[in-house]
Amino acid sequence: MGQIDSIIARSGDSSPDRPDARPRSGAGRRRASLGTVLAPYLFVLPAFAIVFIFVIVAALNTFRLAFTDSTLLKPGKFIGLRNFVSIFHNDYFWTALLNSTLYVVCVVPFMVILPLILANLVKGNSRAMGFFRTSFYTPVVMSAVVVGMIWTNLLDPKGLVNSVLESLHIIHSPIPFLSDRWLILFTSMFITIWLGLGYYMVIYLTALANIDDALYEAASLDGAGPFRQFIHVTIPGVRSTIVLIMMLSTIAAFRVFNEIYVLTNGTAGPGGEDITMSMLIQKEGTGIQARTGYASALSLIVLVVVGALLVLQQIVQRRGEDS
Amino acid sequence: MTSGHSKITVGKVVQYLVLILVFILLVGPFVWELSLSFKGRGDNVYAVPPYLIPKTPTWQNYVSVFRQVPVFRYMLNTVIVAILSIAGNVIFSTMAGYALGRLKWRGRGLLFTIFMGTMVIPVEGVVISQFLIVRSVGLQNTLLAVALPGMVGAVNILLMTNAFKSIPDELEEAAQVDGANLWQRFYRICVPQVRGTMTVVGIFAFVGAWNDFLWPLIVISDESNYTLTLGMNRLKGMFISDPRLIAAGALVSLIPILVFFACFQRYFFRGLEQGGIKE
Repeated sequence: MGQIDSIIARSGDSSPDRPDARPRSGAGRRRASLGTVLAPYLFVLPAFAIVFIFVIVAALNTFRLAFTDSTLLKPGKFIGLRNFVSIFHNDYFWTALLNSTLYVVCVVPFMVILPLILANLVKGNSRAMGFFRTSFYTPVVMSAVVVGMIWTNLLDPKGLVNSVLESLHIIHSPIPFLSDRWLILFTSMFITIWLGLGYYMVIYLTALANIDDALYEAASLDGAGPFRQFIHVTIPGVRSTIVLIMMLSTIAAFRVFNEIYVLTNGTAGPGGEDITMSMLIQKEGTGIQARTGYASALSLIVLVVVGALLVLQQIVQRRGEDS
Repeated sequence: MTSGHSKITVGKVVQYLVLILVFILLVGPFVWELSLSFKGRGDNVYAVPPYLIPKTPTWQNYVSVFRQVPVFRYMLNTVIVAILSIAGNVIFSTMAGYALGRLKWRGRGLLFTIFMGTMVIPVEGVVISQFLIVRSVGLQNTLLAVALPGMVGAVNILLMTNAFKSIPDELEEAAQVDGANLWQRFYRICVPQVRGTMTVVGIFAFVGAWNDFLWPLIVISDESNYTLTLGMNRLKGMFISDPRLIAAGALVSLIPILVFFACFQRYFFRGLEQGGIKE
């Protein structure tokens, strides 16, 4: 803030010394050069070019390929809805859809609530809080692959978690975290939440910084304790961030790949029962045998489902605001 | 404030208890892996109850990892990808953020909507097409291809746009009165104000590039172009029977990013707080 003031002051001081080189009237500005008119477009061009090629063109191409029998080696021809018919007859697809959907349902509530509580606990300028903030964020900078390796060690039948539970006599035989169809899924969800806590905490922290302290003081004067301040000041103050995080974590949860891939060594668990949508796309769409048309049809389904989830969330949120 | 301090003591205790618990949950696993990676043959890694301090400490696990996997090669590859990604994200989203946050022009709202719209498109929805695009220009199996699609993130554009918006108008107006042209206002006046957010974008880009897995898995077929995550995934398959080696491998690939983050975390959190500048 002080820096901004000094810059304003400095530029203000210097202007009287300067000879009037340019007209400052509105007329002067209207005679803007071509460069000034084009400038905004040039500024967004590089970003737009990359987004255009790798997101928009790619998405349109996905849409086109989904209705062809293309493979990696041949462009393929239009086959109508045949890819979708064969997808809907594939049991793996339904398993993948179930797993990915369960992922959203189980992970998103934790991702929205836990980081907000955590952000509230670590806000403030003290050294201790700075330390906690940094250490909570640390897992975020790690790859899911490496974190998956670590948890594979920890959750091994003979690993740390099982041996701690055994030495405390909580369990008598090891919990099969990494070999049971359902436990693999829940373990993976746990790792996703574990990895994401710090990330969403930081997003909440930026939002918390924007809440006017006066609101807390006013609430405090009205006799509101920390809990009521949280409900009446914090939550309304970070409402748009809550929506943002709901969106981000929904998409992230539905597309889960790394955690399950690493936990199961790419096999998707016993009998492939832990396959997710992303793993299915990766399996069908890569390698020499890649069926790019079929994989694109799967991708299109992911796009539609994610789109539907977001619309649904918007509707629920609107209704929430109306009431 | 003062009235809060006296009655908060119970709350403070609970607060610290929760924080310490979360700390153990988030940091504990690394401490255990660190201990595991130094345990030698004389240690029972499956002991019940488990113990932390190695009885026969050794470097041997690290030596084995470096001998069996070209770790430095993978790191170098990952650093190349990360540098491309940082440069792309910092430069391109700063420029786009300035145009979207501070300039008035036809199509601004539409373009902003397009950028934000791409945020909801999952990578998996387009990843096969992205691969075909990369392949059509002969870039498959290159590090450039690994970096390219991630060189601009919509979230980063949003962050930069908001940062530029939070600069008070008077600042740029004063410069304009002084006769500064658009580029000078951008480069000399506005960019220094958002340097913190630029650092955050750079850190996000580094972390994203360092940890990406699905896209390199699809693009890279040649082992000499493996990034660290691909290499570690292979290592995990090789050493599946020995948790000591897996721990050593995990730590080797974590250390660079931990050092990087330790160096930049101050700027990172300061940059995030920049979003909180109040007028």
